[in-house]
Amino acid sequence: MTEREPRDPNDPVLPAVEEVREAELRGVEAGLGEVFEVPIGPIHPAMKEPIRLTFRVRGERIVGVEIRTGFAHRGIEFMGMRQGRNLIQVLYLSERICGICSVSHPIAFTQAVERAAGIEVPPRAQYIRVIISELERIHSHLLWAGVAAHELGFDTLLHLTWRVREKVLDILEELTGNRIDYAIPIFGGVRRDITPEQYPKVWEAIRYYRGLLEQLLDAFLRDPTVEARTRGVGVLEPKEAEELCAVGPTARASGLRKDVRQDRPYLAYPDFEVKAITPADYGLTPIGDVYDKIVVRLLEVGQSLDIIEKALMNMPEGEITSFPKIPALLAYLKKAEGEGLGWHEAPRGEVIHYVRLVSGDESLLVWKVKAPTYSNLLSWYPMFEDQEIADIPIIAACIDPCICCMDRVYVVRDGREETWTKEQLLKLSWEKTRRLRR
Amino acid sequence: MILKTLVAQLLSRPATNRFPAKYMPKSVTRFLARVREGRAQIHPPVPVPPKFRGKIAYDREKCIGCQLCIRVCPAKVIEFKPEVKKIRMYVARCTFCAQCVDACPVNALSLSPEFLLASTDRLSSELIVE
Repeated sequence: MTEREPRDPNDPVLPAVEEVREAELRGVEAGLGEVFEVPIGPIHPAMKEPIRLTFRVRGERIVGVEIRTGFAHRGIEFMGMRQGRNLIQVLYLSERICGICSVSHPIAFTQAVERAAGIEVPPRAQYIRVIISELERIHSHLLWAGVAAHELGFDTLLHLTWRVREKVLDILEELTGNRIDYAIPIFGGVRRDITPEQYPKVWEAIRYYRGLLEQLLDAFLRDPTVEARTRGVGVLEPKEAEELCAVGPTARASGLRKDVRQDRPYLAYPDFEVKAITPADYGLTPIGDVYDKIVVRLLEVGQSLDIIEKALMNMPEGEITSFPKIPALLAYLKKAEGEGLGWHEAPRGEVIHYVRLVSGDESLLVWKVKAPTYSNLLSWYPMFEDQEIADIPIIAACIDPCICCMDRVYVVRDGREETWTKEQLLKLSWEKTRRLRR
Repeated sequence: MILKTLVAQLLSRPATNRFPAKYMPKSVTRFLARVREGRAQIHPPVPVPPKFRGKIAYDREKCIGCQLCIRVCPAKVIEFKPEVKKIRMYVARCTFCAQCVDACPVNALSLSPEFLLASTDRLSSELIVE
């Protein structure tokens, strides 16, 4: 493993394609060897999701990468807009954007609709939303840690982590009724309360993970194999992370203190004073490699436990929803008009939902979703730079990609891929706005 | 941690529940046929928590035919039968969100703990509730 050369601060983070090709040619002339193309995907080796990565390699070294998405655009936003679905039906559609962030998307979506329609959420409901979303973070991070171990070829650790993860899924099933797709938030509150007999079970799970966390950190971070495979691999420097707008643990592993729960607190999060976690909290200097990403995610499990503990202790009494009757909610939403933005720190980073409602219409006029992977995808370019082919799976997996959540349309006309410029897209967006306002 | 866990695993019982039979039968289909005849017993699955959302249960007598469940169902599971003013539900489409249960004004709908719903035919009689 060789260290990457420090980058010139004047260079753009993503060089132009022509420059890369020229550099390759210069390399061939200098006797460095031929450059070959290695296509990986569209069924990806790391996360079994449809994305195509075309690597340009010289020997074992990667000199360039080209990312192509667009294999699994499901058109969920389109399905949610004016397709005869009312907002309650769209809520469950939003839950199915991602199977793992299956409470993050509804939380962002309900917040957006609540802001647009001016609905208040009772404090107890806010606390329950926070508890469920933090439990989800634990399950997602442990899932990722297991996947990372698998990508390193360390399957013992994969099974160990996933066995530990069962407990949090059991608790989520206990609280919500399902292991995934919890169907908990609804406009104006939550659908299920946490009953007194459930508290001991949640406490027991917290104690279980408190005892295990130190062991997990030990198994991952003080293991020579894991360290050898992850130290200095897939480095994302702080400046690169900042310029490429990385979010979530990907940005935090590079040392950026960036967390929506800290920067723009929402729901009950102001009560918990969440601080973004970086490897510096573990006594390490943040480099932004895969090892740092493991550190951040495992530490966040501990942070989530703290938040759940605090939330359970300070749980306010009262209503869990401001609209106990569904017909009243439907009638209110039909009359509501306005636009709203909802955000949430999903396990993978910041998720944003934008909605626009018009009165007299049960369905949404506009719905726009930005999943965290959309922001993180570009950080693959500097991460893959000058790495080895054998490290491709772990680098691809280290941003915890969720390709289907973020997939965008890819225009292919007459068998040729089309590139749209900024001006063309802007014009398209104006036309759409004009069409919608009519 | 790994060595400790490995030793502990060697000495402890398997974490999995042996379902549907305690010992692997020679033929699973023959075993299930024997269960149907009442000559064998299924080893029960892990019990589900009280709030579990399984196959939907419908109280036909209570239903007033208000169609509110049809309005909120995200998966278009529910079909209205206008001649009798009752509903029919195709469980194969259900997403188990329980929104219809919340919406029902007379509590005619509830979710049972039943979760073994695998079938080769989506329109088989076990997967249609009416």
